[in-house]
Amino acid sequence: MKLYCLSGHPTLPCNVLKFKSTTIMLDCGLDMTSTLNFLPLPLVQSPRLSNLPGWSLKDGNAFLDKELKECSGHVFVDSVPEFCLPETELIDLSTVDVILISNYHCMMALPYITEHTGFTGTVYATEPSVQIGRLLMEELVNFIERVPKAQSASLWKNKDIQRLLPSPLKDAVEVSTWRRCYTMQEVNSALSKIQLVGYSQKIELFGAVQVTPLSSGYALGSSNWIIQSHYEKVSYVSGSSLLTTHPQPMDQASLKNSDVLILTGLTQIPTANPDSMVGEFCSNLSLTVRNGGNVLVPCYPSGVIYDLLECLYQYIDSAGLSSIPFYFISPVANSSLEFSQIFAEWLCHNKQTKVYLPEPPFPHAELIQTNKLKHYPSIHGDFSNDFRQPCVVFTGHPSLRFGDVVHFMELWGKSSLNTVIFTEPDFTYLEALAPYQPLAMKCIYCPIDTRLNFIQVSKLLKEVQPLHVVCPEQYTQPPPAQSHRIDLMIDCQPPAMSYRRAEVLALPFKRRYEKIEIMPELADSLVPMEIKPGVSLATVSAVLHTKDNKHILQPPPRPAQPTGGKKRKRASDDIPDCKVLKPLLSGSIPVEQFVQTLEKHGFSDIKVEDTAKGHIVLLQEAETLIQIEEDSTHIICDNDEMLRMIRILRIPLSSKLRCLCLK
Amino acid sequence: MDPECSRLLPALCAVLADPGQPVADDTCLEKLLDWFTAVTEAGSSLLLLQENPCLVELLFHVLKSQDLSSRILSFSLRLAGIFAAQENCFQYLQQGELLPMLFGEVGPLGGAAWTAPAVRSGWIQGLRTLAQHPSALRFLAACGAVDTIFSLQGDPSLFVASAAGQLLVHILDLAMRGPAEGHRSPQACDWPACAQKIVGHIEDSLCSTAVPQVTQALSVLTTAFGHCHGLWTQGLWVRLSPLVARLLEKDPVPASHSLVDLLLSVARSAPSSYRGLWETLAQTLSHLSPTQAGPLALGILKLQDCPQALRTQAFGILLQPLACVLEAAAQAPGPPGLLEGAAGNSMTVDTLLSSKSACVGLLCCALAHLGLLQPLPQRPSPWPQAPLLGAAVTILRLCSGSAAPTSDVGSRLCAILVGCGRVQRAALDFLGALSQGTGPQELVTQVFSVLLEYLVSPESSSMSWMPVGHFQRLLPRKNEVRCSLSPCIPSPSYTPGRGRGQAGQLTPGPAAPLFPLQVLKKAFQATLRWLLSSPKTPGCCDLDPHTQLFLRELLPVLQKRLCSPCWEVRDSGLEFLTQMTRHWGGQAGFRQALLASEVPELTKQLLRDPESYVRASAVTATGQLSSWGLCATPAGHECPGAQQESLLVELLHILSTDSEGFPRRAVMQVFTEWLRDGHADVAEDAEQFVAGALQAASRDLDWEVRAQGLELALVFLEQLLGQRGSHCPYAVALPETAPPGVLAQALQVLCRVQLFEFAFRALFDCDRPVAQKSCDLLLFLRAKAAPCGSPQEAGDSPNVASVEATLQRWQAGEQGQPLGYLEPGAVVALLRSVDLEGLRDTLAESSDHVEKSPQSLLQDMLAAVGVLGENEADCY
Repeated sequence: MKLYCLSGHPTLPCNVLKFKSTTIMLDCGLDMTSTLNFLPLPLVQSPRLSNLPGWSLKDGNAFLDKELKECSGHVFVDSVPEFCLPETELIDLSTVDVILISNYHCMMALPYITEHTGFTGTVYATEPSVQIGRLLMEELVNFIERVPKAQSASLWKNKDIQRLLPSPLKDAVEVSTWRRCYTMQEVNSALSKIQLVGYSQKIELFGAVQVTPLSSGYALGSSNWIIQSHYEKVSYVSGSSLLTTHPQPMDQASLKNSDVLILTGLTQIPTANPDSMVGEFCSNLSLTVRNGGNVLVPCYPSGVIYDLLECLYQYIDSAGLSSIPFYFISPVANSSLEFSQIFAEWLCHNKQTKVYLPEPPFPHAELIQTNKLKHYPSIHGDFSNDFRQPCVVFTGHPSLRFGDVVHFMELWGKSSLNTVIFTEPDFTYLEALAPYQPLAMKCIYCPIDTRLNFIQVSKLLKEVQPLHVVCPEQYTQPPPAQSHRIDLMIDCQPPAMSYRRAEVLALPFKRRYEKIEIMPELADSLVPMEIKPGVSLATVSAVLHTKDNKHILQPPPRPAQPTGGKKRKRASDDIPDCKVLKPLLSGSIPVEQFVQTLEKHGFSDIKVEDTAKGHIVLLQEAETLIQIEEDSTHIICDNDEMLRMIRILRIPLSSKLRCLCLK
Repeated sequence: MDPECSRLLPALCAVLADPGQPVADDTCLEKLLDWFTAVTEAGSSLLLLQENPCLVELLFHVLKSQDLSSRILSFSLRLAGIFAAQENCFQYLQQGELLPMLFGEVGPLGGAAWTAPAVRSGWIQGLRTLAQHPSALRFLAACGAVDTIFSLQGDPSLFVASAAGQLLVHILDLAMRGPAEGHRSPQACDWPACAQKIVGHIEDSLCSTAVPQVTQALSVLTTAFGHCHGLWTQGLWVRLSPLVARLLEKDPVPASHSLVDLLLSVARSAPSSYRGLWETLAQTLSHLSPTQAGPLALGILKLQDCPQALRTQAFGILLQPLACVLEAAAQAPGPPGLLEGAAGNSMTVDTLLSSKSACVGLLCCALAHLGLLQPLPQRPSPWPQAPLLGAAVTILRLCSGSAAPTSDVGSRLCAILVGCGRVQRAALDFLGALSQGTGPQELVTQVFSVLLEYLVSPESSSMSWMPVGHFQRLLPRKNEVRCSLSPCIPSPSYTPGRGRGQAGQLTPGPAAPLFPLQVLKKAFQATLRWLLSSPKTPGCCDLDPHTQLFLRELLPVLQKRLCSPCWEVRDSGLEFLTQMTRHWGGQAGFRQALLASEVPELTKQLLRDPESYVRASAVTATGQLSSWGLCATPAGHECPGAQQESLLVELLHILSTDSEGFPRRAVMQVFTEWLRDGHADVAEDAEQFVAGALQAASRDLDWEVRAQGLELALVFLEQLLGQRGSHCPYAVALPETAPPGVLAQALQVLCRVQLFEFAFRALFDCDRPVAQKSCDLLLFLRAKAAPCGSPQEAGDSPNVASVEATLQRWQAGEQGQPLGYLEPGAVVALLRSVDLEGLRDTLAESSDHVEKSPQSLLQDMLAAVGVLGENEADCY
């Protein structure tokens, strides 16, 4: 069993598991942090951004000044933003049989894989994952496509040139594999390959393994996966949460007794408690708005925003913010708000019960009804007519490189009354803000990451007790900035196996058993004999038939009819035969009896030596050495002697008999 | 005993002796016993029994009856004890062989009733009361009671077991005090047999291998040394101290808690008279584990006179855990002798690293012990203020994860402590206590920075590391029960794990969500203590530059906290602001910083907070800010009159419209304070102000608001007529009367503000504290008004009669009719005509004074079983 690690990002995983005869891709995350190296795409012409000076080398050479721009001491690529794809060279991706998606954030690289690698398999995901994933992709494509950029920078990617660039461009990895965003057509094609699944549904893959999605509690439709055969079980835990926010709670019990547990997608901010972060969010929001400032919340169109809106729903009246408008701007804002209300079966119990009242499960419906929350596809159109300040704006993209958020950063950045509050943990806020410097606006970092933290993980592992844990290497050591925090790493026994990008891991467990079915008529013919209390044995002669990874023992083809009658007769005669054979079938070899038998067959110079594990019987004349151990018997002899020996050895032999022939 | 009680007693005894007539409740029996105790203390028990033979009959009957309830049996045993406490009565009861039958082996002791803990307890308490004289000692010896008491020491009922131990001490003391009181030699050989027996038993128990037995012996000794101070206790110590010392040789030391209690009890009584005590204490300190030794060390350090070496040793033990933390967290080898003599020893380090609970327990104890020691006069000197500050700061940093220890022990400590709310609270408390001393500026800066870290950090909550509440948890919840003393009630909105009803295995304890909030509160408290103790710049009355700097960083944090979605946080923030303003309202630096911030404006906005506690705190805070001229103004200037007026109007509005009591009470308090302190804008037109406040308060449904209204009225009165004079009830000085001119004028004013209507209404208030307060106020006024006019003059006033009639109706509960405008003359007349003293005496009596008499007790008990026939119900 092997694990191919195609992504180095612990929360945006992309791994391929080779298990039995199947090749399963686990998640398909797209690392978008590469976009932080690019200049923002302004929705409205920004004189500030378009007038940034070009960057030149120390020696004054300015050949890169078209591609690279300098802003407050940082250098950015002036081009269409590009994303860092999973490894495509490590394994032939056309051989991937299936892709299992754990949540909508972890499928953003899907079009790259399904459309450009010769992939012919199936993708499995839950309905909310697909629908919301589609929204995220749609938004992304829309954000990028609506600001067409004439030039595409590639000169800087040249390895020799890259070396000369300042950090972080200099240190960017795999730049040659960075790709531009996919198109809507590719998205549609990729999504058409998805087959919808429900929690606990069992999906057979070629008869070899069975995969099952389980609720992971992190997002609408988010799942962990169980991949199991009859005797092996691999759990894939990705982006799980024990907090009862809006999704169904996490199913932990089904993860028990795994041979291997692959653990990804833990919280990115292990020191921040989501609750206190929401407290901070509300406090800062209220503080800004009371002072007449505006609040900008860069966010994804789904996920935590539902919780934030729910909190604000309860908070605004008490904080005296009822008159403050909340705007949600995204090409998919409307669909996202509506979708969230229809996935009742994927919601937590409290929200599910509301549906039967019937009430909308999320209170943002009421916010919309009472005109406190308004949503728009973009800043153009209706929004500009309704826009009132001070206000609170939720909009994407959290990287601050594209989307309507760029406009608000430009608009509000100059006033210290305004505040930008970062709630999404995916991007380092300082890097996100770099191209907007100098910035007068206040910045608050309240990352809300409800995924498992290390304490929860260690309790989870104690509870489900997997034999082996596999995780990204980032989880096996304290964060680099807090090297003393040994509590911020996975602590389990045996220690977790770690992987990094482009690594292939041989998983430390061997398949020992295979399930084989016996046809009823063959089973009928077996005559088990009890060799010791509770253990019975029978010899089987059969044909092993293997198809679709199913093994069936069928009765051997019958010989010609005339002999059939005889055989039946012989079958009845077999019973005394078997009784005679009984001592031969199993058990340890009684050495004395064995020596006597050998003597009877004319061996005279028999020497017996005791060893730590058993005995060695030496027949010098016959140049034969018989090694008898608890679970094996080796006969080392001349080729000619072999048959004779085996005949003689129709005496008790243990399970393994190996013959070495000496010439 | 009064005749009526004597008359009722036989019937009562009959009821008690009748198993078919169950007595209502135990409280009656307890009250009855209290009454008998009082009666026998006042007179002869013998006489009582002779005059009321029913009592002895009751005791005899109890013995004979088989099916009596255990509580009657227990009651009888205790009753017999009360009577037999007097020697002549003891003899009298002995004649009838009653006592051996009650307390001896033939009594309940051998019977089925003995299984009831109440009976065993009654037996012990009876003997305890009885054992007051030598005859009793002989009786105890004769009936073999001591052996029974020995066995009761291990009784499953803790009450019985503890009472048995105390009885043993009492008997021992009685035996040793005996006839040769005071001269009993410390030598044990000539002790009375009874004492020998008890001491022998204690010796056996001390040598026992069973820990419970050792514990029993130690607790008996603890009581003995704590309560008995004869010469004989020295003898007892001489005899038993080797056995105690032998306990220390065992590993682990058995019953270490009890041992510590004993040693401290001996050391507290008269340590110099117990030979070898200091050595034993020193030995014990070194033998016990760090966790066990803490309480002993604290006890030793609290002793008045104690050898310096022992004190040093004890102090070292308290300091050890902190020394270990300091050492482990040190970036580089620290300056030598940080905590001299307490360099972390390996045992302490082992304890700290052995488990989270051990580490947390040891640190919390050490911090609490040192915190207790800090303010004591006998605290060790020199007090290592600087290293202790350093340790407290380090612990807080380890808990918040902001420390970066490089050593292995440090990292492990960090992993254990990070996010530990208990240690954080203990450390913040300790840090607060340390504010009483000074420290090097560098350390003080560190203290302020760690406090700021805790106040800023939203992780004063995420430190708990618990999968606590979904986001809604932080938001105020409607219909939640809250109480001002324990304002942090967790809302059960969120269950991590598997959803409702299934708390999942990862669920933290139910108290988990409380931690962060308490940590924040403690951080506020500690900050306040440090701020208030921060030194003033020499020669200048303003704050020192460091504090100024800190304030500038603190106020934005406070601002944020005032906007918190969690009402407890807003409330704590406001309380903190109130305290800070109260102390520093006059400091220019503070005023400047505060006015430059948005805190005053936010505070004012919180007057409309949806949470009543927050509104109340906001009222108090705004009141305080306004007293110092710091309330919010749009331009950030100090408030001119117009602004002030609007605040007054706003507070009056709250007083008359707020649906909850707390904000209204707070408003009245602020008003009283304003009036007392002569708040500029109130003083401008005090009359109108008082009239408005009283009018609003008089209609209030909350009695505390009305009572506070009277307080306001009193302050107003005092300002008009002069102080109330001495508050001492025993003062002989008569109240000074006001000069007639002043008085007449004042009465006019009081009439105009309708203070009398308010006060007289309050006089007949259904809530006693309000009525009492009003009575005091009117008495004060009457004393002041004594010479003013003659009764005739007043009597002539035309409307007095009708006013009196109105008052009578009020007293009868019809308070609808207003009093109407009163002339000053009529007021004086009224004050004289109403029997205020009588009213005061009536009000002073508690509401159950009528029911408290023994007679009513007996009647109640009889009525409860229907003997009096009054409560018989007619079913048809």
